[in-house]
Amino acid sequence: MYEKHIMICGATGCLSSGSNQVAEALNEELEKHGIKDKYRLVMGGCPGFCEVGPIIVIFPDEVFYCRLKPKDMAELVETHFVGGEIVERLLYKGPDVDAPARFYDSIPFYSKQKFNVLRNSGVIDPESIDEYIMRGGYRALKRALEMEPQAICDEVKDAGLRGRGGAGFPTGVKWGFTNKAPGPKKYIVCNADEGDPGAFMDRSILEGDPHSLLEGMLVAGKACGADEGYIYCRAEYPLAIKRLRIAIEQAEEYGLLGENILGYDFNFKMNIKEGAGAFVCGEETALLASIEGKRGMPRPRPPFPAQVGVFGKPTTINNVETLANIPLIVKEGGAEEFAKVGTEGSKGTKVFALAGKVRNTGLCEVPMGITIEEVIYDVGGGIKAGRDFKAVQAGGPSGGCIPKDLLHLPIDYDSLTKAGAIMGSGGLVVMDDRTCMVDLAKYFLSFTQKESCGKCTPCREGTKRMLEILDRITEGEGKPEDLDTLDSLAHSIKDSALCGLGQTCPNPVLSTIRYFRDEYEEHINEGFCNAGICKPLFIYQIDAESCNGCTACARACPVDAIKGEKKEPHEVIQELCTRCGSCIDKCRQDCIMITRVGSEADVGN
Amino acid sequence: MSSEAEVAAVNQDIDLSPVDSILEPYLGKKEMIIPIMQKVQDHYGYLPRPAMEYVARRMRIPLSRLYGVTTFYAQFKMKPRGRYIIRVCKGTACHIQGSPKIAERIEELLDIPSGETTDDLKFTLEEVACIGACALAPVIMINDNPHGRLSPDKMKEILDSYE
Repeated sequence: MYEKHIMICGATGCLSSGSNQVAEALNEELEKHGIKDKYRLVMGGCPGFCEVGPIIVIFPDEVFYCRLKPKDMAELVETHFVGGEIVERLLYKGPDVDAPARFYDSIPFYSKQKFNVLRNSGVIDPESIDEYIMRGGYRALKRALEMEPQAICDEVKDAGLRGRGGAGFPTGVKWGFTNKAPGPKKYIVCNADEGDPGAFMDRSILEGDPHSLLEGMLVAGKACGADEGYIYCRAEYPLAIKRLRIAIEQAEEYGLLGENILGYDFNFKMNIKEGAGAFVCGEETALLASIEGKRGMPRPRPPFPAQVGVFGKPTTINNVETLANIPLIVKEGGAEEFAKVGTEGSKGTKVFALAGKVRNTGLCEVPMGITIEEVIYDVGGGIKAGRDFKAVQAGGPSGGCIPKDLLHLPIDYDSLTKAGAIMGSGGLVVMDDRTCMVDLAKYFLSFTQKESCGKCTPCREGTKRMLEILDRITEGEGKPEDLDTLDSLAHSIKDSALCGLGQTCPNPVLSTIRYFRDEYEEHINEGFCNAGICKPLFIYQIDAESCNGCTACARACPVDAIKGEKKEPHEVIQELCTRCGSCIDKCRQDCIMITRVGSEADVGN
Repeated sequence: MSSEAEVAAVNQDIDLSPVDSILEPYLGKKEMIIPIMQKVQDHYGYLPRPAMEYVARRMRIPLSRLYGVTTFYAQFKMKPRGRYIIRVCKGTACHIQGSPKIAERIEELLDIPSGETTDDLKFTLEEVACIGACALAPVIMINDNPHGRLSPDKMKEILDSYE
């Protein structure tokens, strides 16, 4: 028996903040005091609050320590583990709390969250099936094994669960199609090819609670009459793949995978397929081709995978987060409980990856129907460095931007679609006034353009032509008719592309034109990028009145383009300046201005 | 490693016996071609042409089709790569937090464009769609080590720490 469990976040976010070194130091300190055997040290799943990593949570004390450094460990062990006192210095502190906060319930980042899918992440040891079972795991499977397949489909349908991967199709209905499809051999495929830049919730589930996915797939298997599953996971997630392999091994050992599972007439074999780096493989028919060892190119539907799927057999394809919800729904009384949260058309919770220029970056799970404002300001703690909110990008390369006046919008499938964005996989990238919307549209389009598989002409050629126009606009060579051309190209691609990737890739362009048309026009007609991103379209100037001559900017400049005496106003030599932006990040007086090209004459006025 | 001749010279001395043991469990299973090539690449660091030809022959797949599959996926590399693979995240969060400047700085320091390898085969510079550490943007991975919250001026020190 252990006295305490010490959960150190071992997910990618905290690892890059140095959680490995922290764990090593902690281990050494515990050894030094000879109390190592009393404590269980777990490199656990992600508690979500990446911003303040590395994080350690101690149970049963329920203390949340953050922003840890290896050198803090001596004090932590001495004071907390030996002395039994909380180390106040290492608790969460921020502008949103009055006093250092001790646990989840007193940290504002967590207060509006509701943990369904992330219920175990950071709480259990992801490499221990026992801990998953102790938290109620595999109860839904046991119940499902005693139910009729169609009854399971109906229950999931009645709970109102919709696909969390993008399009939001009702999961129970999808299962029903596969269940009704004829044939003895069927498959369940889990789409863990989380390719949307800006989304990492699936990775967190795979790394933090892999058994919830396995259980979800097993229940799906029973509901659809399938006896084999594939988890198609990105090769970029090595830790997730490792944890999945461990989970599968343990489940096999416990008789939860294999033949006659739990003594019932139900068999299931689980396979892992590693993706090889192709965004389009997130599209279901492309994913199927990839599992079969082919180039991952989509094909027209129908036939839908529920009829003709992997190796030509009926197949259900669900995303990780969708499947991780299943154990909660199918357990005794779970469906009603699940449907209590959310809105009429969107039930349950959704996990969002909050990133960009927001103070609290990380992963959060919130009830459907919460407003964007609540997510960004209450959970996210507002905009970094006190700058102004400009827009939030939802749904990745298939999604769109939501501007300031729609902050009150509730987050559900239908409201987001109406606003020109999509729920997508749940990436929320927050942008401030220093983000150029034209550049952002160009960024997404160059991503989809590169990832276009080239099978259909609208996507292959259309995205290329759109990108050429955006390139010209950001280089200061836009023409007044460009916006109409973009609009017409975008609609043609939407109407005629073969797959989801092609049909949705114009969305970022359309939504930025819809809400930030004036910014495009400023680029085209006035040759000015007021966010200071498109290099040929602005210059830096130093406001002589507010510059106190601290020399921080001059020291940061890699090309010596800033001149000036100490304590005297500095000046940018335009001929040398490469507009790299190093200076503006260093200036504490906020006196480096982004101004129009050719406005040098105005300096000092 | 830019010229074709150099690549060809490296390819000549390839020992193909490891491919045999990789192929062993998969013979006759054409759908396993992607995992096979992943293992071949794990072993050699890239896909040498003689290994491709050998796999095609043993698996009874036309070389053209194998080539089609391997060039479709970004993970597969046809040229030798460095000991350290630098992956610059080009995800959305990283983009708006300045990853283009990070990439520029590394290109400058190593004097190679993205996608290339330094002459001493030490570093290969690549771009990757998203490593999923968005909260720490901008991020790079060097082999399996993530480095987060970067700025251009930190890059020299980080690269220097790899021997």
